[in-house]
Amino acid sequence: MFQNKDTYTFLLDGKTIPFTEEQTIIQAAMAAGEYIPHLCFNPEFKPHGSCKICTVSANGRQTASCTQQPQAGMVVESNTPQINGERLALLQMLFVEGNHFCPSCEKSGDCQLQATAYEMNMMSSHFDHFFPDRPVDASHPEYLLDFNRCILCSLCVRASSDVDGKDVFSLAGRGIKTRLIVNAESGRLADTNFSGDDKAAHVCPVGVIIKKRVGFAVPIGQRSFDEHPISFTPHPALKDN
Amino acid sequence: MLSHMHKHAEYLDPILSRYQYNAHHLLQILREAQEYYGYIHADAIDYMAQQLQLARSQIEGVASFYSLLYLQPQGEYRVLFSDNITDRMLGNMQLMESMCKELWVEAGKVSEDGLVSINTTSCTGMCDQGPAILVNNIVINQLTKERVSAICELIREHIPLSDWPPEFFAIEDHICKKDILLDSNFKAGSALAKSLRHSALETLQEIKTSKLRGRGGAGFSTASKWEFCRSATGEQHYVVCNADEGEPGTFKDRVLLTSYADMVFEGMTICAHVIGAKKGFLYLRGEYRYLLDHLQAVLHHRRQQSQLGNNILGHAGFNFDIEIHLGAGAYICGEESALIESLEGKRGTPRNRPPFPVTSGYLNQPTVVNNVETFACASLIGLHGGAWYANIGTDTSAGTKILSVSGDCVRPGLYEYPFGVTVAQVLADCGAQNTQAVQISGPSGICVAANEFDRRIGFDDLPTAGAFMVFDYSRDMFEVARNFVHFFKHESCGFCTPCRVGTSLLANMMDKLAQGHGSPYDFAEIEKLNVLLLSTSHCGLGHSACNPVLDTIAKFRPAYDKQLIHKEFIPAFDLDYDLSQARQMTGRDDAGAHLERTNVSK
Amino acid sequence: MQVPVKPKLKIATTSLAGCFGCHMSFLDIDERLFDLIELAEFDRSPFTDIKHCGPCDIGLIEGGLCNAENVHVLREFRANCKTLVAVGACAINGGLPAQRNHLSIATVLTEIYHTQHGLVGGFIPNDPELPLPLNQVHPIHEVVKIDYFIPGCPPSGEAIWKVLTDLIAGREPDLSHGLMQFD
Repeated sequence: MFQNKDTYTFLLDGKTIPFTEEQTIIQAAMAAGEYIPHLCFNPEFKPHGSCKICTVSANGRQTASCTQQPQAGMVVESNTPQINGERLALLQMLFVEGNHFCPSCEKSGDCQLQATAYEMNMMSSHFDHFFPDRPVDASHPEYLLDFNRCILCSLCVRASSDVDGKDVFSLAGRGIKTRLIVNAESGRLADTNFSGDDKAAHVCPVGVIIKKRVGFAVPIGQRSFDEHPISFTPHPALKDN
Repeated sequence: MLSHMHKHAEYLDPILSRYQYNAHHLLQILREAQEYYGYIHADAIDYMAQQLQLARSQIEGVASFYSLLYLQPQGEYRVLFSDNITDRMLGNMQLMESMCKELWVEAGKVSEDGLVSINTTSCTGMCDQGPAILVNNIVINQLTKERVSAICELIREHIPLSDWPPEFFAIEDHICKKDILLDSNFKAGSALAKSLRHSALETLQEIKTSKLRGRGGAGFSTASKWEFCRSATGEQHYVVCNADEGEPGTFKDRVLLTSYADMVFEGMTICAHVIGAKKGFLYLRGEYRYLLDHLQAVLHHRRQQSQLGNNILGHAGFNFDIEIHLGAGAYICGEESALIESLEGKRGTPRNRPPFPVTSGYLNQPTVVNNVETFACASLIGLHGGAWYANIGTDTSAGTKILSVSGDCVRPGLYEYPFGVTVAQVLADCGAQNTQAVQISGPSGICVAANEFDRRIGFDDLPTAGAFMVFDYSRDMFEVARNFVHFFKHESCGFCTPCRVGTSLLANMMDKLAQGHGSPYDFAEIEKLNVLLLSTSHCGLGHSACNPVLDTIAKFRPAYDKQLIHKEFIPAFDLDYDLSQARQMTGRDDAGAHLERTNVSK
Repeated sequence: MQVPVKPKLKIATTSLAGCFGCHMSFLDIDERLFDLIELAEFDRSPFTDIKHCGPCDIGLIEGGLCNAENVHVLREFRANCKTLVAVGACAINGGLPAQRNHLSIATVLTEIYHTQHGLVGGFIPNDPELPLPLNQVHPIHEVVKIDYFIPGCPPSGEAIWKVLTDLIAGREPDLSHGLMQFD
């Protein structure tokens, strides 16, 4: 069958999704208004492929949908009990790896990790908690860094490097000791050229990069994902469009 | 310049200028800076950041990725015990303990006087002559209690490493069985001269005819790889030799580079001719640092003989040279895209693929990455032709394979066989007795049990990068798997969630079983985790992290069953131990100051 | 004809290292307590002041494990309850008390009883009546098998009611959007 380049399509859970040559599966799905759970993916940035929450089955092969390009006629399964079960386990891994105490977190209700956990029906963290020791950096007058909540998605690294041209953030260490660091010998945000105007200040999907003194301006219970599940909420980056 | 950077500028300037202030050489610059200063000082990072126009956090990010680079002061003598299962079987833990005792230092820490630090490291590629250690990144083998005492004495007396008894540093080739490659009496330049009588396309055709497949384990067709790369467009093409021989139990590349380096470099040069590359890299694992001078000398000699450089062997316009890059302790860099990242001076994180290195590799240019042995094979094919080579081995696995045999056998070392040899044959040749299992191709490979010893080495049955670790019936296969799982945890790059967290969880669960806290619940958890890692991990490391456990569960179930002591779930930790600090602080030891180990049964 | 009286379910509740907030939230089911009393009776619970648990159908646990007594109580519940439910953030992930986990308990005790300003000649209480604190605070699923979880700090009365009625009706408990809250 001949297909026009503009009308390439694949099937996502039985729905026909059009795609262009540049799009990956999740980009095409998002453009068509379909939700595939994700954390390290942000439509404004080049896909990273690290959190693996967006894993789908593409023609029977499991792959990250943020980096996988679709093929015409590809059969993609996303919302299945098996794949959602795997996403749940990955979320639980992220929860035990860090220290995620939602009740005391300024980002609660606006946090993509939490909202995705709601979406995947995560009732407990299942695994034994690691309870890592990750000191908070409150040195900056306007912003707080709470590394306890970091999921190593590297969105701030990418934003600071690709958009701000500053390289304020980097990943350091290896394996389970991988951690987010800032560009100062002291390790303090105050000693970097970070600014609240930076793109990097506004991309954290969880509660690591927190603007001071406004954390509870909107009460808990009235926040984005309290109102609607994340699957019905446009991505913050797409809201203005 | 800030004064605190001054003393670092003194030794960094020559290093930086030798690397032309090129940030792509960051890993080499860091390694040399550490060789001079002992560790990478924060002020040195600031100076490098300034000179290389990088953020200091990027430099810190790279340096902290590699386990042989240090951002904190280490002991004047930095002792690392190789901790492969074969070292364990030879008693490395007891030797480390006695060294720690003799030198009054705790493993993982620096002694109070700053004299010595002792720790473990992943397999150093000396399994046939272990237990092995690295002292300031230089190998010492065949450790015994006596040798440990002698080393302690040398350290206490502050004797410089260069004055230690030379026999400590002796490294054997242990070539036990030779075939076409190891017995080739290769004359440097001979294969190249012959190849250059033909066009690049004709040489490629010879490689195609030979049916040569990659020797790193995956077995991709070498001719196809070269052809893809040759036809890919780019400003430059590159040849990379993967000598990051990190798979525990593998050491054949070490011997090839020791005694057959010309064959390897010549294979790279033939590849360069085929794909049109001007530049090649040998990515040598940091643990093989001791080979650097020797390899540089071989390269130097080849340049003198016009086997490298401009107009090679008088062939106008054929210009190619090889640079050596050293790794710094990261198994993941054996994965070709992680290796390329590392070559570019970055953290060794595997890339998203496609694109593959053949179209977008080093500096996003078309790049061939092949194993050491593959290039050596290419030299043989250049010399004797593809048809000759294709006749050796089996239909689908042409040629020979060099195995690194270690573990419970009389004659560990290198064994070269035409593909198709049975496991039983190898076991007979190396003098293995009462063999319970063989781990083929290292922790990420396959564990075969006694009833499978008629299986054959080859891409259809038992593909291998070369490791062949033998375990007799005195060995606990659960402990073997546990050692491998800890290896993967240590070597996970940390990029993707399932591997980063999952390898830690898996290691914790195996430890839980080992500590006698296991129940069928934990067993089910391990199996679930294995499935998850297999289906969602970013690269082969995460996928294969489960192999040792899955294989040993399937084939050595009793080794696990004896760990599943409890019928019902019990905690991973010892609750009574969890009261230890409070007992100490209050001085209490009454009944209420203790907790029973297990849950009260229903 | 005599209709056989269906025996009432037995429910036990306790608060370990918690703040009783989850119990307060339980009481937020308000007049539905009357419906519940028709179906169930309470065994050990702060609502009854019964000190030890007998055989029960459902046990609700608030709070994580911060000391030896918490472990004993949890084990008593596990031994006696057919279905054990972790209620609230502290039971599920340690919650607020677990924020001490990056400090050693020795450091914490020293700071509280010895070095804090104003303490002269202080000592760490060592009465055998007092339960000893654990080195780390643990979520309860790390020590016994837990059948169901109701997240929230606290979970709303609605969420607790939903899970309880699901369990009583023999359904798999399910919390829809709005009832599932981690905060």
